[in-house]
Amino acid sequence: MTAAAPAIGALLMTEDLSAYYGEREAVGNVSLTFARKAVTAVIGPSGCGKTTLLRCLNRIHEVAFDARVAGRVLLDGDDIYASDVDPMAIRRRVGMVFQRPNPFPTLSILDNTLSCAGRTLTRRQRLECAERALHSAALWDEVKDKLRSSPLRLSGGQQQRLCIARAIAAEPEVLLMDEPTASLDPIATAVIEELMSRLSDDFTIVAVTHNMQQAARVSDYTAFMLADQDGVGRLIEVDETAKLFTKPADRRTEDYITGRFG
Amino acid sequence: MRYHRLRQRRALGSLGTALALLCAVLAAGALLAILGYVVVQGIGAINWAFLTQLPHPIGVPGGGVGNGILGTFIIIGIATAMAVPIGLLTGIYLALFGRGPIPEALRFMSDVLSGVPSIAIGLFAYAVLVAPLKHFSAFSASFAFMMLMLPLMVRTSEQAIRSVPQTVREGALALGMSNFRATIYIVVPTARPAIITALLLAIARVTGETAPLLFTAFGTQYWETNPNHPMAVLALQVFNYAISPYPDWQAQAWAGALLLVAAVFVLSLGARLMLRRAMRGLES
Amino acid sequence: MNSEVSEPRFRRVARFVSAADRGFAAVVYGGSILFALLIVGLFVELVLGSWPSIVHFGPAFIWKSAWDPSTSKFGALPMIYGTVVTSFIAIVLAAFVGIMAAVFLADFAPRWLAAPLSFLIELLAAVPSVVYGLWGLFVLSPFVRTAIGPALQKVLGWTPLFAGPIYGVGLLTAGIILALMIVPTVTAISRDVIVAIPRDLREASMALGSTKWETATRVVLPAARVGIFGACVLALGRALGETIAVTMVIGNRPQISASLFAPSYTLASVIANEFTEATTSIYISALIELGLILFIVSIVVNGLARLMIWRVRGSS
Repeated sequence: MTAAAPAIGALLMTEDLSAYYGEREAVGNVSLTFARKAVTAVIGPSGCGKTTLLRCLNRIHEVAFDARVAGRVLLDGDDIYASDVDPMAIRRRVGMVFQRPNPFPTLSILDNTLSCAGRTLTRRQRLECAERALHSAALWDEVKDKLRSSPLRLSGGQQQRLCIARAIAAEPEVLLMDEPTASLDPIATAVIEELMSRLSDDFTIVAVTHNMQQAARVSDYTAFMLADQDGVGRLIEVDETAKLFTKPADRRTEDYITGRFG
Repeated sequence: MRYHRLRQRRALGSLGTALALLCAVLAAGALLAILGYVVVQGIGAINWAFLTQLPHPIGVPGGGVGNGILGTFIIIGIATAMAVPIGLLTGIYLALFGRGPIPEALRFMSDVLSGVPSIAIGLFAYAVLVAPLKHFSAFSASFAFMMLMLPLMVRTSEQAIRSVPQTVREGALALGMSNFRATIYIVVPTARPAIITALLLAIARVTGETAPLLFTAFGTQYWETNPNHPMAVLALQVFNYAISPYPDWQAQAWAGALLLVAAVFVLSLGARLMLRRAMRGLES
Repeated sequence: MNSEVSEPRFRRVARFVSAADRGFAAVVYGGSILFALLIVGLFVELVLGSWPSIVHFGPAFIWKSAWDPSTSKFGALPMIYGTVVTSFIAIVLAAFVGIMAAVFLADFAPRWLAAPLSFLIELLAAVPSVVYGLWGLFVLSPFVRTAIGPALQKVLGWTPLFAGPIYGVGLLTAGIILALMIVPTVTAISRDVIVAIPRDLREASMALGSTKWETATRVVLPAARVGIFGACVLALGRALGETIAVTMVIGNRPQISASLFAPSYTLASVIANEFTEATTSIYISALIELGLILFIVSIVVNGLARLMIWRVRGSS
């Protein structure tokens, strides 16, 4: 439906994107531009399709049974859904952090971090890459002495930072975050929010969150989505965060923000 | 009106409960009786000579089942080497492509196979590997054992891979891993404890199987390591000794039976422990 | 900016694009196809092997009772009779003991007793067939010959079932051994089915004044009857195919006699006993045809059983 954030410096954008599970349309005709090296938050009540939208951006949506997509998603001008595009290549450029931390249980912390870093690096290069990634994720000091141990021993917040490190180690251009602090306690949440701000210096970040205050704290731009009467998720409004939260253009946005529903 | 028959009903209830208890104890007791008998009869004949020597000719006392023990290991080893890849690959296929007529057909076939009597599977192995080649072989026995192990391996591999949380697999794919890498390096290793448990149970099952061996491995009096030749197998030796008229051989049958029972129990217990460890792993 | 597309272009995306993934897919498909081929091959080989016998004897094979290798006259009836009788004895004994045991373990046993008892009964299933046969041959057979047989004959000897000489080996002994072998199946599955019956049903019955026993037998068991029946049918399937233990205690004589003490033959035990001695090709083919009959019967029985259990448990 509507408009876009500033087109200058756009790296990732959707054009009339619709997503389906079988016959059911979960996301309808969303055209949205994500500002380069900034944090764009996507907010909305449950069921508005924000997570589905996110999963279309790195072609993880299609992994689900019966999932389909219409429209285009442009990464640096190229449609990622073109028929000759390898989804794996897209996913290496567009990384993802999930709602619940999901470190690979059979790999050590070090191997987790390096699971999709380049495979042709020497051993020293791999260690350096891991150290950089863990530093960026503000986890290095806490795990540097136990790189070979199991990630399941870490706390929830640490595991999530490990997942962030793992995503960063693959050197993506965009980082997608699906409610990254939803399962964490307030202190871990604060750490990760701070991380998000720092990471946006290097990456384009798209974060889905159901926590409006978090969106207000962390993001530069915010997009608001809502399910219409048929249950199809639509983009209602997108704007600079400060503007969206103080003077939303659409009535429905205002209702949501002021807590009148959802 | 029922109330003044309460005492009779209570008594009937107690009687019934006692009967039920008796049945449970009977069933459990039967096991103890059989096990006890095997231990008592067999333990005397178990010694180093029994475990390491070849069988003696008829009428000559002594000797052992060394070649049968070796044959058991070789035949089960080859069977495992065949059953694991086929079972695992089929399980991966079923887990990844779950719905649809073809996966359902495969599952149905696996269920059918699990109910086929082992003697019929022995006939299959005979028809495919013994008759055309005109000689018995350990390999044909391994082939029969592989068929017996497959349904369990397929079913458990599928369940184990399915029960790896979706988010682990998606996490791997989201990093840009190919389906191949994600499955082989991440999903299957996570499912490994359950798969190993199934393998131990499958091995426990075939360790005591005798029927297919009658016309595949056939048995021999000598040391044999070539899978292309007939080979001695412990279960087969126990059978042959048991139905023989020689008391010395019958005593060895008991001893061999004790070995079989011990092996099967150790494997089953090992599988249980593995399962408990796998459950605990999933909980964290 | 509006897209130029007005109607949705659906993309069904290929799951395996890269070369590594294509190779992986090929290997996975290959393994699965091999698995399917093995099972189909099993059926095909059994049919091929029986074909000469099927053509020669026709459907009469099933009701002919002569089994004479020297004149190449083969009929399956004695084997079918033996299989049916031993399995029937086995399921009757095992169903009674097994269901009673399951009721006890599910609703009456205190936890400290239920776990070890269940464990022991499950362990019965792990005992190899040849060990059962050994025990049956040297312990149960003499016991039947010296104790159980004469006792039964004294009480019931007026019926043809328990008349006749008591050898120790025979239909009855085989039936008892089979019962022991299938009791764990009946008990384990019945227990699961009974435990799955919702507690409200029991509580409603007790609240109406029934004793625990009445609740178990008049309310819970009927509610569980489909699953329990399925368990029995599954156990029956196992009994039908059991070979080694039976062949060691049944006497291996191709005859049909009314007495349960008489030696007999089953479909499985005749193959075990005579296959390596079979000299002529028609002999071998007849034996394979018996194997085919066994195969088909086991599929039907197991299929029925799974249908019943599956309906009760939801999934397996």
